[in-house]
Amino acid sequence: MERKTIWKWFFVWDFEKEEQWLNEMASQGWALVGVGFCRYEFERCEPDAYVIRMQMDKNGRDYIQFIKDTGAEYIGRMVNWIYFRKDASLGAFELFSDIDSRIEHLKRIGYTLLMIGIGNLLIGIVNSLGTNSRFGWINLLCATFLMYGLGRIHGKIEALEKERTLRE
Amino acid sequence: MAENITLTEATYFILLALVQPNHGYGIMLKAEEMSNGRVRLAAGTLYGALNNMVEKGWIEQLPAESGSRKKEYSLTDLGLEILINETKRLKELAACGDEVLKGAY
Repeated sequence: MERKTIWKWFFVWDFEKEEQWLNEMASQGWALVGVGFCRYEFERCEPDAYVIRMQMDKNGRDYIQFIKDTGAEYIGRMVNWIYFRKDASLGAFELFSDIDSRIEHLKRIGYTLLMIGIGNLLIGIVNSLGTNSRFGWINLLCATFLMYGLGRIHGKIEALEKERTLRE
Repeated sequence: MAENITLTEATYFILLALVQPNHGYGIMLKAEEMSNGRVRLAAGTLYGALNNMVEKGWIEQLPAESGSRKKEYSLTDLGLEILINETKRLKELAACGDEVLKGAY
């Protein structure tokens, strides 16, 4: 089977773009078979043979087994992101079907960004105050960047919450 | 005692599907079948909803049968009461709509 590897970077807050790109690959006849750090492995497939979905994991093996029991295949994980695919002929494949669960997922992503952001902020402050370290600014820069990401996630949550006042 | 609770559509269909014991994928198929294909519960949403409802005591996980690793769930008495109350509420709601829209459709 013909295979190829593509190296590509997505920010966490652009996970929807990442998923969209993976589905475009599938519709061009490249099915995702493996993930790694900025690395995506594909295998030749019939165009549009698979639907790809990804999300931040919360419940580990129990959850993955549950999704597999609904007819999807587990592709793999990259840190705490998990990737699935489902044979398109088996019907529609979504991980979330209502606003509440989408918001819950976004909040989990936001919380993770916040924790890493605070960690960088604290390390940055300590390093900046220390006499023998000149690299505190790197952590502060990371913290700033993560806070920007958090803002993007919050924007998505707010839009969904507004939507929820009218419908599910 | 079950208070008056407005259920989401997903919750309502999951409870309906669990009047008879069923597992996750079975619930998805049942909801789709009952709604003539309109209601498609996504697996992740369903997983979260099932866990929430077990915590609230509306449904319970059945002891695993030998040879099957799929978890089966079933309504509790409280869950049935909530389902009945919500069905009454929805009937009232639809009756209000019918009354106002008499003849409009």
